[in-house]
Amino acid sequence: MIRINITSVFVDDQAKALAFYTDKLGFIKKTDEPAGEARWLTVVSPVDPDGVELLLEPDGHPAAGPFKKALAADGIPFTQFAVDDVHAEVERLKSLGVEFTQDATDLGPVVTAVFDDTCGNLIQLAALNQA
Amino acid sequence: MDANPELFKAIGDGTRRTILDELADKDGQTLFEICGRLTVKHGLGSSRQAVSQHLEVLEKAGLVHTRRQGRYKFHHLDTSPLRSIVERWPIDREEPNP
Repeated sequence: MIRINITSVFVDDQAKALAFYTDKLGFIKKTDEPAGEARWLTVVSPVDPDGVELLLEPDGHPAAGPFKKALAADGIPFTQFAVDDVHAEVERLKSLGVEFTQDATDLGPVVTAVFDDTCGNLIQLAALNQA
Repeated sequence: MDANPELFKAIGDGTRRTILDELADKDGQTLFEICGRLTVKHGLGSSRQAVSQHLEVLEKAGLVHTRRQGRYKFHHLDTSPLRSIVERWPIDREEPNP
């Protein structure tokens, strides 16, 4: 069966991205191989080290910049990560200096928040409320 | 003549009134957050483009102001234009005698 093994975010600087995604968000580095002018650089969640990898992909293509800018201006997150408790995670990340465009918001079936990954993207945090 | 016909046009639409409700609930929202609240809390399936146009109408009426902060754009509620309504048709503080 086909399955998802990697998903990616376009980052403006791979070293900066690795620092943010590991030090602040708490992912761990999985793969770091030279690939042309860049690196094949992935991180995984410590609770699922053999799960889906997140590729920190350079955003050098000229179309990537305007695309990312337009999404950020409207507050649209590029992707979503799951946490157990959005409110607690927002507090934890804010204490580390992470900037949010949307605080923890209870929308009924789901609680979400949106933060800036410092690499040009907004990312959504989400937790499903127990039915 | 109405001094501010845009005001009455702006609040004459249900979706726009809901947008104002949500900004009253929490001031300073991105387009994305407003769209999410309309969809999830109110079951309104307006497209992002449609919501963006509603916000333009509200902005023209002076009920919403936008603020750029870094790379993001936030929308803020301003209820002060509504004052013209109660100035035009004053609200009696006392219970009216029948």
